[in-house]
Amino acid sequence: MSIKGKANIVGIFEHPTRKADDKSLFQLHAECAQGALADAGLSKDDIDGYFCASGDTPGLGALSMIDYLGLKLRHWDSTDTGGSSYLLQVEHAAEAIALGKCSVALITLAGRPRTEGVATGTAPRAAAVQSAETAFENPYAPATANMYAMCAMRHMYQYGTTSEQLAWVKVAASHHAQYNPHAMLRDVVTVEDVVNSPMIADPLHRLDCCVISDGGGAIIVAKPEVAKSLKRPLVKIIGAGEAPKHQMGGVVDLTYSGAVWSGPAAFMEAGVKPADIKYASIYDSFTITVVMQIEDLGFCEKGQGGRFVADGNLISGTGKLPFNTDGGGLCNNHPSNRGGLTKVVEAVRQLRGEAHPRVQVPNCDLALAHGTGGSLGTRHGSATVIMERE
Amino acid sequence: MQSQERKIQAPVPNLETKAFWDAAAAGKLMVGKCNACGRVHYYPRARCPFCFSDQTELQQVSGNGVIYTYSVMRRAPIPYAIAYVTLAEGPTMMTNIVDCDLDSIRIGQSVRLVFKESDGGAPVPMFTPA
Repeated sequence: MSIKGKANIVGIFEHPTRKADDKSLFQLHAECAQGALADAGLSKDDIDGYFCASGDTPGLGALSMIDYLGLKLRHWDSTDTGGSSYLLQVEHAAEAIALGKCSVALITLAGRPRTEGVATGTAPRAAAVQSAETAFENPYAPATANMYAMCAMRHMYQYGTTSEQLAWVKVAASHHAQYNPHAMLRDVVTVEDVVNSPMIADPLHRLDCCVISDGGGAIIVAKPEVAKSLKRPLVKIIGAGEAPKHQMGGVVDLTYSGAVWSGPAAFMEAGVKPADIKYASIYDSFTITVVMQIEDLGFCEKGQGGRFVADGNLISGTGKLPFNTDGGGLCNNHPSNRGGLTKVVEAVRQLRGEAHPRVQVPNCDLALAHGTGGSLGTRHGSATVIMERE
Repeated sequence: MQSQERKIQAPVPNLETKAFWDAAAAGKLMVGKCNACGRVHYYPRARCPFCFSDQTELQQVSGNGVIYTYSVMRRAPIPYAIAYVTLAEGPTMMTNIVDCDLDSIRIGQSVRLVFKESDGGAPVPMFTPA
């Protein structure tokens, strides 16, 4: 049993807003849903499956959102792994479709952290919810930036990775963002700009960190029969993998991510290898996130990620692995502090040939979208999706 | 840069972790020890995360360790160093490095246990250069 070729991505939408101070959270979800339906050429009544992350859909699981949207469903799932949730949900939707549990699945994401003034990356976590590890972590003020910074610090120590190499990830993203009119940061930056930006958490500078933006997006996954009845280019899901990684009882190793498991699972199911991939959307919460995941997915040897990303190797048209051609989370958009959905959206644009002409990868028929959600410094969920243009 | 006193969020003990925090109040750092498989783990749990036995108990550690990784949070009202320290007994734990020049912290540095008062709760295990 495999999901290979059992489901297509038929609709995508990225909300153009980056500051939604005039809209409610639920309203944003609905606008995203409508945008993806319009892109696909479907209507709300066609939806019989709904997938979201419980963390950005307040209420009991997905129930309040399902109520608000007025959905009649045969199947739903609100698994939350932070920013990678929507990559998992693409896999889960494809699984449900492959089993006949639903035919047209909607996935939505929305959030307003910018309007709400959340110091996402640097504020220590609140103590409101006590999980098993809370008492053993919160006293030390783990935020988001310093958790990823500890990964970067160890990577530098163990593999000789440099701040300049990390900076190349941001430089490449900025080269792409200049062509995206919706991107928050459209100025092209240099390695010097990144390493001279203020230090946030050693060794990560301000420009090593992603943006904080309002907004959202949606994806519609449907069975191939539905996809073929629509007037859009055909993009099918051919492989996916997911894996959690955690502290393993104290056997902590921050040099690798769950992509070492989710990546090979996805490649095996798809029957392709990293060298076959024409375009990759790689979750870029921080520059180090990209370097670690590129290594773990097998695009280069472990420890060589810094050297791999240097000298423009991620820039479309120049580099060997064009990545995040929308500008990614580093420059374009990180709606709700969750970047997984937009990773799928840009990969689908590439496969359809609908990316900006200056960043469109020629003959892009095989793309990968990958993300890690939660924190690479503690616990995270890794998810990899491989898609092919028919 | 000299570290200053940051207000430390109080740990909230529960039925499973009360003994750990009672020991902390007595100046002892404990890890989980499994009497079935013999391995030690952190944070301590009622059931071993390796072999799933419930034959676990708390075991005091020496308080000696080595910095596995760290980061100084510069964008905080009072900058502080978060770290993972690998204990001499094996497990690696999240902690802070305190009572030192934050710019002098290095991976591989030997550290020793100190306890710091929390904001209304049990003292919290941290480390300082040995």
